[in-house]
Amino acid sequence: MGRAVEQLNRRLLRARDAIDRGYARPLDVGAIAAVAHLSPAHFSRCFRDVFGETPHRYLQRRRIERSMFLLRETGRSVTGICSEVGFASLGTFSRTFRAIVGESPSGYRRGHGPVVAPHCVQMAHTRPLRNSAVPEKPTSPRSH
Amino acid sequence: MAVIAKVNVASLYVLDKEEALDFYVGKLGLEKGNDVQQGSYRWLTVRVAGGGTEISLEEPGPPLHDEATAEQLRALITKGALGGLVLVTDDVRAFYETLKARGVTDFTQEPTDHFYGTDMGVRDPSGNAIRILQQG
Repeated sequence: MGRAVEQLNRRLLRARDAIDRGYARPLDVGAIAAVAHLSPAHFSRCFRDVFGETPHRYLQRRRIERSMFLLRETGRSVTGICSEVGFASLGTFSRTFRAIVGESPSGYRRGHGPVVAPHCVQMAHTRPLRNSAVPEKPTSPRSH
Repeated sequence: MAVIAKVNVASLYVLDKEEALDFYVGKLGLEKGNDVQQGSYRWLTVRVAGGGTEISLEEPGPPLHDEATAEQLRALITKGALGGLVLVTDDVRAFYETLKARGVTDFTQEPTDHFYGTDMGVRDPSGNAIRILQQG
């Protein structure tokens, strides 16, 4: 029993790492589920059990964290950052950003400058918290 | 005034000491430090060749942990929720190629440039996060 849990966790962690590496691309749940050797539906359920949120929500927070980083550290346009972190439409990006961060991307940029901490520390610790008020679309094979 | 002179040993939880040894020595190229069997306990450490801080590879389990605690720890290790390491190399891109040639596939990040240097990420077989940094 314990051993099976550990092996499943480890495979799900590998899949989560794949989400973190490929955040800029459209989410292909089938491909990510295959990393964990699970069917897409089973994968999403197991992922939620182990990490406390769906793969789609995990990816959303990663993308928003990356966009916050780029807003703080670069002078790139909001539109450019939106597509750079994997959002297909500016409307979805702005809506998701506001729902998770509580302000608009440009408002956030005005209030924040560069953070002096190693990149991995920023990725881990400046990722926005889960906000249960954020509406979540059901996970679909190629969702944005 | 007495001060602490050095970090001598730091501990890292792993699922399996032999598997970890193969990774840290066989893949990352660290050297084995201590390997002492005392009864049922194997004191096993790895370190950068030539000395420095030893990393003690520890498995959850008795007599330190009851089985329920050990099971919780193993679940946390495999979720990537416990500690990790930051290591330094003089050429991270070359080292990335070396790791790939040695069959390592569990990368969390390819070599990436930052203002403080270039780093990459990889997981050990248990799920611990390892950052490898080239400073400068």
